[in-house]
Amino acid sequence: MAVKEDIQMSDVKPRVKVPKKADKDEVIEIKTLIRHPMHSGRVVDGDGNTIPKKIISRFEAKFNGKTFFSVDIKPSISQNPYLLFPFKVTEAGTFEFLWVEDTGEEFTLKKKIKLN
Amino acid sequence: MLGAASASLALPGTAFATVDAVSGRIASITNGSDASGDIISLDMPEIAENGNQVKLSFEVESPMTDDDYVKTVYIFADGNPEPDVAQFHFTPAMGACYGSTRMRLSKTQNVYVLAALSNGSFARAETTVKVTIGGCGG
Repeated sequence: MAVKEDIQMSDVKPRVKVPKKADKDEVIEIKTLIRHPMHSGRVVDGDGNTIPKKIISRFEAKFNGKTFFSVDIKPSISQNPYLLFPFKVTEAGTFEFLWVEDTGEEFTLKKKIKLN
Repeated sequence: MLGAASASLALPGTAFATVDAVSGRIASITNGSDASGDIISLDMPEIAENGNQVKLSFEVESPMTDDDYVKTVYIFADGNPEPDVAQFHFTPAMGACYGSTRMRLSKTQNVYVLAALSNGSFARAETTVKVTIGGCGG
């Protein structure tokens, strides 16, 4: 519950699209998006103050506990970072997605997949 | 996004990355070895009306087996404040090597994709995107 409240407070919200079922050895497409301003630290607000840098700097995707994909992210990635990538399904299991903010704050989301 | 852009301005005097900065980054990764373009494709619009959200897709032809796969795909841009945009780290478990994201483009510039393969070789592709309204803060 605490994690959920934190996400609402900071308005950062992850979303992931994964098929519920796949054939064995099928390569599926995973789409992820996290609502986040990606403040580059190079923008001034209406009062002339620089908005401090705050970005999602790292993304990791695990399946059944094993990391299979990760991304190092710089401020040139747009607001609400979007990532699409493939994964070859060899067994049923659980995906775990992790976004890390440069403040150290972490956001996670889990998704399950079954075999046809 | 448009609201955020109109309510804020890029800091004056912001320095931009250059073609040389990107070449330097690529050379530091490849150690100067050749990077061919025939196994890699990069898809971006020729013209982006809004530089805040420009779609980028790439694909690298690879069997993605334990002894022949793409390890890392680097994305660079030569007209944003920093040359580095992102690094995608792939594994054979993915079964294919492609990806998509959305990036900021401060102005008209070149975007580069460099793939580092498990056998020590490299592949690269680049494209130019004309930007009508620059993405601030990139």
